[in-house]
Amino acid sequence: MKRADLILPLSKPKIGVQGITGSWRIRKPVINYGKCVGCGICWLYCPDSTIEIENAGSRFRVSIDYTYCKGCGICSSVCPVKAIDMVREV
Amino acid sequence: MVRLTLTGNHCVAYAAKLARVKVVSAYPITPQTTIVEKISELAETGGADMKVIKVESEHSALAAVYGAATAGLRAFTATSSHGLLYMYEIVWWVAQARIPMVMAIVTRTIGPPWNIWTDHHDIMSLRDSGWLIAMAENNQEVLDETVKLFKITEDPEVFLPGVIGLDAFILSHTVEPVEVPDQELVDSFLPERRQPYVIRAGEALIMGNIPSDLLANFKMREGVHRGLRNAEEVIERVDTEWGKLTGRYYGGLVECYRCEDADYLFVGAGAWVGDMRIAVDKLRNAGLRFGVLKIRYVRPFPYAKVLEAVRGRKGVLVFDRSISAGSAGPIFLDVTSHLYFSKLKVPVKNVVAGLAGFDVSYEDFSRIGEAFAKEVSESGWVDSSLVFYP
Amino acid sequence: MPLTIRDLPREKYVLPGHAACPGCPETIGLRFVGMALGRRAILVVPAGCTSIIQGLMPGSGLAFPIINVAFASADAVASGVAAAKEVIGEDSVVVVWAGDGATADIGFATLSGAAERNENIIHICVDNEAYMNTGIQRSSQTPIGAWTTTTWRGKTEPKKNMPLIMASHGIPYVATASVAYPMDFIEKLRKAASIRGFRYVHLHAPCPIGWRFDPSETIEIARLAIETGIWVLMEVEGGRVTISPPSKPYVDKSRRKPLVEYLRRQGRFREISDELIRELEREIDEYWNLLLKLSS
Repeated sequence: MKRADLILPLSKPKIGVQGITGSWRIRKPVINYGKCVGCGICWLYCPDSTIEIENAGSRFRVSIDYTYCKGCGICSSVCPVKAIDMVREV
Repeated sequence: MVRLTLTGNHCVAYAAKLARVKVVSAYPITPQTTIVEKISELAETGGADMKVIKVESEHSALAAVYGAATAGLRAFTATSSHGLLYMYEIVWWVAQARIPMVMAIVTRTIGPPWNIWTDHHDIMSLRDSGWLIAMAENNQEVLDETVKLFKITEDPEVFLPGVIGLDAFILSHTVEPVEVPDQELVDSFLPERRQPYVIRAGEALIMGNIPSDLLANFKMREGVHRGLRNAEEVIERVDTEWGKLTGRYYGGLVECYRCEDADYLFVGAGAWVGDMRIAVDKLRNAGLRFGVLKIRYVRPFPYAKVLEAVRGRKGVLVFDRSISAGSAGPIFLDVTSHLYFSKLKVPVKNVVAGLAGFDVSYEDFSRIGEAFAKEVSESGWVDSSLVFYP
Repeated sequence: MPLTIRDLPREKYVLPGHAACPGCPETIGLRFVGMALGRRAILVVPAGCTSIIQGLMPGSGLAFPIINVAFASADAVASGVAAAKEVIGEDSVVVVWAGDGATADIGFATLSGAAERNENIIHICVDNEAYMNTGIQRSSQTPIGAWTTTTWRGKTEPKKNMPLIMASHGIPYVATASVAYPMDFIEKLRKAASIRGFRYVHLHAPCPIGWRFDPSETIEIARLAIETGIWVLMEVEGGRVTISPPSKPYVDKSRRKPLVEYLRRQGRFREISDELIRELEREIDEYWNLLLKLSS
């Protein structure tokens, strides 16, 4: 079938399209759950969609996907209670 | 069917309507303007169910119809000369995206100086882009081929855009009697639009981001070439089908006039093929057996048909209405390179004529043909592959 | 009732592992586009950072339907898509997502043409104030005094005012937004989606690479632009300007932070002269006065 000649410039969404982008990281965001108030602001601003929130009563339970987190530190800087520390990767 | 006297430009407009084009976008340029005007009239007052986007440039005209076609609808535009050059970036984009659509090019000289008369430099600039390029000889062919191009470009073996070329003023603004087929006939001929993909809301399909696999990208470019090669068969099939419906079969990729017993061939494309026919009749009356090989499709280049037509001739004269500056006429280059591959050894001369709209009459073709026959019969070959006439 | 985080959809349109630089404002903006418009959006993307951010074919870090297009063609392609979708009857919102170059410079004629025709599309200019994708060259949106790789002593011309130029087209909706104010941006996009015709949204998007600040500071810098008054959040409808709530306090000049607090955080302004700072401050005052005149 000649249609096989049709190679199209098309793509489909893919998690990790640029590989394990967590390897780009030099600083790692670490949530201090003792301080975290579960407001979700870190989730809101994360440029990499690597912060997850789950409803936990009136708050959110927050977690970070380190496989793809690039370590930009926006989450730490926007946190209103300074509950995310940026820790050097070793 | 109705018989009307129509200009080439109005034939284009009626063909778009008959093909049930849904979106048209164009920017006016002489001598294409009356296409845009007629299409606007047909859409606004003539009952054609078409949306006409009146854009601010040719770059946007082709971009807009590309958008409409990618979104799933039959789309059409028309331009000429500088307008085509201005939209050139998008020309390539549409082909590599494999989006079928149709455009009319009213062939016109490129400036400076400003010049609105016909030559083929504009349309020949499309040769490498992946578009099918059809060239019409008369207004009936303009109408017929425009309708057919929708079917050909939307064939899954092709899925590429196509242009119909018509010479400025000689066809675009000259009325001829034309048979306009009934809508029912065209509806029975032209199926619902087919295309390789549609971008639609709710379906995360991404067209055109950066390739990781350069070999895949290589194969996309190769695929454009293969799509054009596949088009050869599709063009023949569609022309045969159209011939059965209308009684007008054009010969597919090429049309031969008095070729069967010809010693010498004129080869050319566009409106001046009509003058070549008259010249052939005159030359034959004078005892020189000439014929015409009309190139109906410049892309895909019909090299097998050309070889078949050229085989056994004493000489071939290729007329180009444009020149690949620093090399030779583009049709000549295609003819001779394929002759070389086939090991056919036939004298071929390239005559570059009609540039800037400088008129070439049937008398000119007769004169050139006569001199060529003399040269070949005396020397058995040709002394120069390229001449400018005059 | 104002939007809260709990109201926002969590479906991902920007996928983990995309190709943007750390701290990228464009992916932050694209996440908000997804939250605002969801599955109705069709994106037309001209050349720019977002061409790269999608990552490599056959995958994509963005989960929208996207047509990548030539630099100067986006609003024309979108015009065709919108026309077709209307004929087809498909429920969709056609969005041009273009950088400042594709909006204000190479794409300007196309944008202006589509606006004049009042095409049914939303144009979002994601403005990082230079050609970042090719390596930080100046654009008409680069502010006066800013270093770029083509303005080594700082740009000598002021930023072209795109929101007011677009408002002058008489289109039904013009708004400015900032990546630091997501609820404002999302509400504006949802409002825009409910309006028919050409809608223009200019999104301020500080770029850590091009502006020379730490990637963690993207939001802080964007916020400082509002707090110093150099970027004003507003809407223009029917020729009338409405200052948006996040910018309202700064109508009162005395409440604005000193401009140098914004400039000193960015390496691109490291060598800006006091004279140009005063020039910028004068421009800001004049702009506010004009906006307040247009809002009364």
